[in-house]
Amino acid sequence: MSEIHAQSVPYVRDTMLPPAAPPSRQTGVVRWLRMNLFSGWFNTVLTILGIGIIWFLFHHFWPWLSHSVWKADSVQQCREIIAARWGEGATGGCFAVIRERWHQYLFGFYPRAGYWRPIMTMGLLFIAITPVLFSVSPAIRRWVLAATGLITILLMGVAETPDWSVILMWALFGIALLMAEYAPRRLFIFTVLYPVVAIWLLWGGSLWYPLMLLAGFAVGYGVIRAVPPRRSGLATFLAIAAAVIWWLFLAEPVSGLLQDMAAMRLMPVDSNDFGGFLLAVVIGVSGIAMSLPLGIVLALARRSDMFLVHIFSVIFIEFIRGVPLITLLFVASLLLNYFLPPGTNFDIILRVIIMVTIFAAAYMAEVIRGGLAALPRGQYEAADSLGLNYWQAQRLIILPQALKISIPGIVGTFIGMFKDTTLVGLIGLFDPLKGISDFVRSNFAWKGIYWEPFIFVGLIFFVICFSMSRYSMYLERRLSRENR
Amino acid sequence: MIDRASAGRQDPPFRLSMLIYDKRYRSLTFQVIVFILVMSLVWWLINNTITNLANLGKDIDFGFLFSRAGYDIPQQVIPYNSDDTHFRAALIGLLNTLLVSFLGCIAATIVGVTVGVLRLSNNWLFARLMTIYVEIFRNIPLLLWILIIFAVFTEITPAPRAYRGEEGIDLFLGMVAPTNRYTAIPAIIAARSPGALELGRIAIPWLAIIFIGLLVAAVMLRRAINARASRIQERTGQRPVTWPVNLALFVVPPIALWIIFGLYLEIPQLAGFNFSGGISVDNSFVALWLALTLYTGAFIAEIVRAGILSVSKGQSEAAFALGLRPNRTMNLVILPQALRVIVPPLISQYLNLTKNSSLAIAVGYMDLRGTLGGTTANQTGRELESILLMMLVYLAISLLISGAMNIYNSRVRLKER
Repeated sequence: MSEIHAQSVPYVRDTMLPPAAPPSRQTGVVRWLRMNLFSGWFNTVLTILGIGIIWFLFHHFWPWLSHSVWKADSVQQCREIIAARWGEGATGGCFAVIRERWHQYLFGFYPRAGYWRPIMTMGLLFIAITPVLFSVSPAIRRWVLAATGLITILLMGVAETPDWSVILMWALFGIALLMAEYAPRRLFIFTVLYPVVAIWLLWGGSLWYPLMLLAGFAVGYGVIRAVPPRRSGLATFLAIAAAVIWWLFLAEPVSGLLQDMAAMRLMPVDSNDFGGFLLAVVIGVSGIAMSLPLGIVLALARRSDMFLVHIFSVIFIEFIRGVPLITLLFVASLLLNYFLPPGTNFDIILRVIIMVTIFAAAYMAEVIRGGLAALPRGQYEAADSLGLNYWQAQRLIILPQALKISIPGIVGTFIGMFKDTTLVGLIGLFDPLKGISDFVRSNFAWKGIYWEPFIFVGLIFFVICFSMSRYSMYLERRLSRENR
Repeated sequence: MIDRASAGRQDPPFRLSMLIYDKRYRSLTFQVIVFILVMSLVWWLINNTITNLANLGKDIDFGFLFSRAGYDIPQQVIPYNSDDTHFRAALIGLLNTLLVSFLGCIAATIVGVTVGVLRLSNNWLFARLMTIYVEIFRNIPLLLWILIIFAVFTEITPAPRAYRGEEGIDLFLGMVAPTNRYTAIPAIIAARSPGALELGRIAIPWLAIIFIGLLVAAVMLRRAINARASRIQERTGQRPVTWPVNLALFVVPPIALWIIFGLYLEIPQLAGFNFSGGISVDNSFVALWLALTLYTGAFIAEIVRAGILSVSKGQSEAAFALGLRPNRTMNLVILPQALRVIVPPLISQYLNLTKNSSLAIAVGYMDLRGTLGGTTANQTGRELESILLMMLVYLAISLLISGAMNIYNSRVRLKER
């Protein structure tokens, strides 16, 4: 362009015009509206339709919500209050039922004096999952621990907790916070011990027996350390044998002995008293915790070169995925007595947990298999060329990447499983949705109340599941190594 | 090199420890151990079952299937009454399961595709609304939706007699009457009916057979016409216009049927306390179907959205640069790539929907779970046989659907060279 300049052409502007303001329809709100809501006739129709939908929902639900009553003893009283306040024919929500029965929605028929136990279990759960879920960021770990600790202790204070457990809780959270700062890897101790403590807190009884069950692993580990050639087949065999002998013959007498020496005993609570969200969370969390490792094993088995292992895994996965969960739950409640030795009658919640775990594990296996398949072949070959054996390669190279790829699917399976815990209501357990709601409605005072429990229960489910999915998005962003 | 080196070396003689330490034999050892463990587990379970049954004085006998059922099923696809056998009751249940799953899959696909596309639309408001719909339905248990929608139908809708008279309620769109027990919808009736094909006690109207036949013929003709158009295009470079014929193939036959057989819509009429005419659909079915549709629709919407987003913008721009018209771009470039991403999870959603239809128990819809796994199992006391049989049927349905998926998948898979 250099040859065109003011000297050689008749007229070229050599000064800039002052910039003009853009047309008003190209700026600010107007532009945004034109771009996003009215950019064409179809868009305009959609906008009008959307406004119509919002207006419809608002028009129908707002009066009902705004007329809701929070303090009443029965549906009749609710209706009287609404009629008195907003005139005859007005409708309104009767959320008084939630105010009066919230404890059953949360804890089922758990004894009232023991409410601190589920609360404490829930609080400890956050310590236990911290090293697993929030290991990437110290700041988030600190905040999660501090917040859940304070909330738990506050709730425990409200729920008439014995002093020793409040002090214990303060101490535990203090230790956890210190460990999170100075030795975050050691937090795994909490994770390992958590199942025992949780079972003891929730079901009560003696602490020693679950502790002694856990001690079986310690026995096995001790044997492995003691037998000279470590990691040999013999040592492994001896360790397993020692642990089994411990569990079968020694755990019970030893725990009895310890119980006599120092009684660590809480009032036992029957499984039938569990209900509401306590039941859903117990089933959901244990299912989640157990289905992931089982799913990994199944996925590896399905990709195994060994024909029989592969075939068994395929049959198991396809069978479980082919039948609805509800039929498996019926197997748990009706048929398991046929399949087990005569006279066996173990806890219904445990049976349900086993079935839910198996069910979720089959789905988990498929999700993880997808992640394994998505991994480039070069990763496997690189692991081989480094001379790693199968388990080393899986542990150090393959699984970390494959699991990272499958995070959305894994969390999706978790969410699905947590939602599916409501199905236990169909086999007579007191899930928050059907079991507890039917129970509440069976009382004459709350007969015919539908929407309020649905809204309450749905809201809690939504909050939990939605935060799980958001957490998975956070984790994906956090773990992504590309485009840094 | 390697071959010669290994050929020169003598393989060491087999020792027992090689079963554990030699890689070549270790997998064999491991498989044998796994096999023995699994088989002993199976044997243990079967043995327990036999012992338990013997203790209870029971046996495994499927003869109960052919005894009189003695219970009624509100909704039937093929004729059934309480004098029929348990087998027929189970069949009714199976057909009910298939009916609600099939209609649910169709409706959920329509909802899902619409919502998925609208979530990507330029319209800010509508995209947000659709996001809210998807998040709400995905994060709340299906059982809750089934119970809520059932409660809406049983608690909020009026009794049939409310539609009577001057101050009565109008029918929805003048055709549909939701009541607190059933929903009355119009039926298609032929003035000059060609009768029905009698197969035992099952009567299939000829009209339906003719309609389905014409539909199949139209689909096949359309494929032939498109193939011919492609051949002509390859030879001459000019693609003949096909859409008027294609459109006519699907529009003309129904109109012809309509006129020839004098079809008309029979609007439900209130007679006494109930509606007569039209079809009365049980509320349990409507609630289950709607809940399954909306719930699965939310998942399908996400699948569709992900599929569309997976096709990079460059693909459509390249197609436009080549001079393809928008609909050809859609058919030839975008859809084949998006479908490859969409179809596998879509089918697994269909599978989920079919399995989730077993939640019918919550609203009392008599599906396979309600008949074979419910009333039959309770009445005959044969819960072992009933539940195992029911699981097998569900398994068969699932395997059929996933088999179909695999065939489709291998057809649309990326053809790598």
